[in-house]
Amino acid sequence: MSMTAAEKILSSHAGEEVRAGSFVEASVDLVLANDITGPLAIEIFREMGAERVFDPDKVVLVPDHFVPNKDVRAAEQAKLLRQFAREQAITHYFEVGEMGIEHVLLPERGLVMPGQVIVGADSHTCTYGALGAFATGVGSTDVAAAMALGRLWFRVPETLRLEFRGTPSPAAGAKDLILHAIGEIGVEGARYMALEFCGPAVEKLSVEGRLTMANMAVEAGAKVGLFAVDAKTREYLGKDVRGVETDPDASFTTKVLDVAGLPPLVAAPHLPSNVRPAEELRHVRVDQVYIGSCTNGRLEDLEAAASILKGHRVAPGVRVLVVPGSQAVYLAALRRGIIEVFLEAGAAVSTPTCGACLGGHMGVLAGGERCLATTNRNFVGRMGHESSEVYLAGPAVAAATALTGYITDPREVVSYAAG
Amino acid sequence: MLRGRAWKFGDNVDTDIIIPARYLTSTDPAELGAYCMTPADPEFPHRVRKGDFVVAGQNFGCGSSREHAPLALRGAGVAAVIAVSFARIFFRNAINIGLPIMECPQADAIRTGDELEVDPAAGLIRNLTRGEEYRATPLPPFLREIIEAGGLVPYVRREVRR
Ligand code: SF4
Repeated sequence: MSMTAAEKILSSHAGEEVRAGSFVEASVDLVLANDITGPLAIEIFREMGAERVFDPDKVVLVPDHFVPNKDVRAAEQAKLLRQFAREQAITHYFEVGEMGIEHVLLPERGLVMPGQVIVGADSHTCTYGALGAFATGVGSTDVAAAMALGRLWFRVPETLRLEFRGTPSPAAGAKDLILHAIGEIGVEGARYMALEFCGPAVEKLSVEGRLTMANMAVEAGAKVGLFAVDAKTREYLGKDVRGVETDPDASFTTKVLDVAGLPPLVAAPHLPSNVRPAEELRHVRVDQVYIGSCTNGRLEDLEAAASILKGHRVAPGVRVLVVPGSQAVYLAALRRGIIEVFLEAGAAVSTPTCGACLGGHMGVLAGGERCLATTNRNFVGRMGHESSEVYLAGPAVAAATALTGYITDPREVVSYAAG
Repeated sequence: MLRGRAWKFGDNVDTDIIIPARYLTSTDPAELGAYCMTPADPEFPHRVRKGDFVVAGQNFGCGSSREHAPLALRGAGVAAVIAVSFARIFFRNAINIGLPIMECPQADAIRTGDELEVDPAAGLIRNLTRGEEYRATPLPPFLREIIEAGGLVPYVRREVRR
């Protein structure tokens, strides 16, 4: 019988053939928690009467949200996570200094492989679908259960395949493709579903670009966001792996998205689906530009921003924050002279952290302030005060906006060779 | 059978509204409850009474995976959430911590202040103020089992002992 990739992966982990709509208990290959969701999961883990995690090599703990500790209470949470990692001899615990934003870090460390089932107490766990893993965000109780038993309950999702056709403008990148998709299908357009991304426009993307797109699958309500495994995936992983693919005659829905000539986009407040061409928002002045996060905090993103900022100064009155997604990204950017470009342009560069992305620290917005951010959520108060506003875009729009002080299509400040 | 007043919110109520991230340095439901829904209604934690219901439109609980969201609602005294639809992680979290949730296509008919009588097990919502009755989509048996066991914690506790 024909099956979707989601059905195949869950079947192989449940030990029985399962179909969309059924509830199963499946084994998990990796369980992830951070300094916000981890402490709660640990508390619940103990309440469950569990003493040892099911496998210390398969639990990943990353203090990244309020770390380096933003205040005493955050420090206590991080301490709890650290102590638990020691007590359980967790192999993959990443301390400040080698830490990164979890969804940048795990793929980079080779912890994610195609065909795996990964659960994380963080909604953007779906990022790993870029490498063909069935990876999904869950809550702390789920993670506690998965840490204790090595398995968890799932509803097998239906599959919605998004086929991207046409060649976008050379100024548009992975972020613009995913913003376009969310704008088209809406924030609940893929609720409870497995999204699959395909078509020539996404096949051309680097693995980093695919990570950006899979990252925001949850912003369309999806459970996972899957990409096919190809030569680029194998090169990225440095392994000769094969992916799990949907059979052509399996049961799924396809939606074709025409992205021919797609311009750089921006999602205006307060929903990621509120998408407009960047050039239509020229009247919007910003107080802050934020380049980083699990969506766009990778080397390719920093390079894209730096190529626009190089040799220029950021607009007066605009605070520009650059947060490399991991220690490795930071180091690579430093070696390539990218960090120098940012500093010379008048941007502030910090150690990896989620920080401002969720209004935690290192760039929180005051009342009425506006930020253009390369992050994934622009909900009310997401980056600070309830009356502040977040506009979402890719790194090129962010850099162009940093130079002018208002939302700017990058084609206004640099010329692109026709792609 | 639960009885209380309705507090009505719109579509796409996200987890940053249910509990803003800056309060996530606590895991105590009572403390979280003190800030519950404040970006949408600063007075909500003071005015909601124990046993009241939060009622909303589509995609309630979209956004982050923070289990602090259903915990904050419980901490604020909310007895159940009734919505046209729920975002999936919130849905899981609510089931796992034993916060009753009801998916009801007619939730939009309910207004703030309406007196409701709710039977989560039977999927029945009676609007006493308007003299109307609504039906919630029944939960699949697998999830009813988890809820009947008292959430995922007792379920796992049994497995751990085995
Ligand atoms: S960078 Fe932002 S979206 Fe990504 S994990 Fe951190 S807080 Fe969440």
